[in-house]
Amino acid sequence: MSVLDTETFHRWIVETARLVEANADRLTSLDAAIGDADHGINLRRGFQAAVTALAEKPAATPGAVLATVGRALISKTGGASGPLYGTGFRHASKSLGEAAEVSELQLGAALAAAVAGIRQLGAAAEGDKTMVDAWTPAVAAYQSTVDGGGALAEATRAAADAAEGGLRSTVELQARKGRASYLGPRSVGHEDPGAASTVLLLRALATVTAET
Amino acid sequence: MKKLINAPDDVLADALAGVAAAHPSLTVHLDERFITRAGGPTPGKVGLVSGGGSGHEPLHGGYVGYGMLDAACPGEVFTSPVPDQIHAATTAVDAGAGVLHIVKNYTGDVLNFQMAAELADDDGVRVESVVVNDDVAVEDSTWTAGRRGTGATVFVEKIAGAAAERGADLATVAALAREVNERSRSFGVALTPCTLPAAGKPGFELADDEMELGVGIHGEPGRSRAKLAPAKEIATTALEAIHADMPLSGDVLVMVNGMGGTPLIELYVVYKAVAEWLSGHGVTIARNLVGNYITSLEMAGCSITVCRLTPELTELWDAPVETPGLRWGR
Repeated sequence: MSVLDTETFHRWIVETARLVEANADRLTSLDAAIGDADHGINLRRGFQAAVTALAEKPAATPGAVLATVGRALISKTGGASGPLYGTGFRHASKSLGEAAEVSELQLGAALAAAVAGIRQLGAAAEGDKTMVDAWTPAVAAYQSTVDGGGALAEATRAAADAAEGGLRSTVELQARKGRASYLGPRSVGHEDPGAASTVLLLRALATVTAET
Repeated sequence: MKKLINAPDDVLADALAGVAAAHPSLTVHLDERFITRAGGPTPGKVGLVSGGGSGHEPLHGGYVGYGMLDAACPGEVFTSPVPDQIHAATTAVDAGAGVLHIVKNYTGDVLNFQMAAELADDDGVRVESVVVNDDVAVEDSTWTAGRRGTGATVFVEKIAGAAAERGADLATVAALAREVNERSRSFGVALTPCTLPAAGKPGFELADDEMELGVGIHGEPGRSRAKLAPAKEIATTALEAIHADMPLSGDVLVMVNGMGGTPLIELYVVYKAVAEWLSGHGVTIARNLVGNYITSLEMAGCSITVCRLTPELTELWDAPVETPGLRWGR
């Protein structure tokens, strides 16, 4: 059994911020097609704020890292993605509690809690062409890998791959939530920007846990 | 991208500093990012707070003042404000009678105002929220995020503001705001897209002979694309969409609103067509606004908003107002 420490969670956020920065223009272009062209701009601001907050006041536990990130995202991101990702991190933080180290089972529970929080706040379900379409298969893939006796690194990689599959599935979907829903049938044929940023977040998790 | 800016990242901060310098009647809280009336909260009065992405000026900061808002929370351009700033504004204007949040129906705005209302509630501030959703171009169904809040926001802020100024309590002000929203519908048309300063290129592309019908106020594409038509036909399309959704009759308040890049002379051309269509359908324009009241950066185009008036709503519309964006009777 592997365990993740506070430092790994910190690196997860730094790596996510790096990926968001590198992909900010792509996220904004995806948003320009079916939204209002600011997803990359907002998320870059939010994750930069999260990294700064962690640097200014180092967190003592994995749960504290995620709580700080959640607060920073809610305070600095704006748009719908700030409250949604921020709530996801806060729910994950509550799920981890005060634990100093996190097992693959605890991480699975935290990811499930994050998705539950996001689904509840956004009132979105699978098939609505939102970040939920990337999150839901990712959490399922993580869980089935762990249930099948897979290692933590395998499970996080399976989650990131499944999120990518979920992202691809959003191309054919007509948006039913968020700003893309205003386009009706014209929202079909584009990747959902929120699902795209979810892939980055889970890819970053797979990267920092690859060595565990 | 050609814009009168210093740097894309500084647009909001620079503009807020400009608002502060231009309008002594306002206090601009530059760090916390909200605008209030200079005199502080009016004792015993319900506070009105609105906000949303920037780029819609004069909405919302330009409507802070006597007879309208107590505070406005500007987000980054086209990005909803964050809970912290809305919470700070709400606390700042609470004079003990509670605070009304006027929220345009966009997922981000609704979520951020909801989180701010919960924070204010923790502080013991009573908050009611009214969500404006007047745009008939969006199907109001469980298959969308619901209708967007557009032009009717100006009507809601003015009429609810007048009621609050007269001393109406929170429940009454909220009920009036909802009534105005329910009696109002809008439809927008874009002739050109607009460019976010931070993005550097337009949110969508339109050929020289094309227009986007049913467009919102965030540079997002609309419901459908069509060949550019004479103003008269565009006005007819908009009014037919509104009339089909909410049959028009009696006295109405009409706004022909510029999106930011359309000259006033063209708005009057549209207004002529609107006035003729309404009069031909037995509808009386009792009050009107023609100008730039809720814009979308430099987008060319206009929106048409109609509110079915009642004697009470007309009286509240006529009540004195003194803000940078709207002023009469005082």
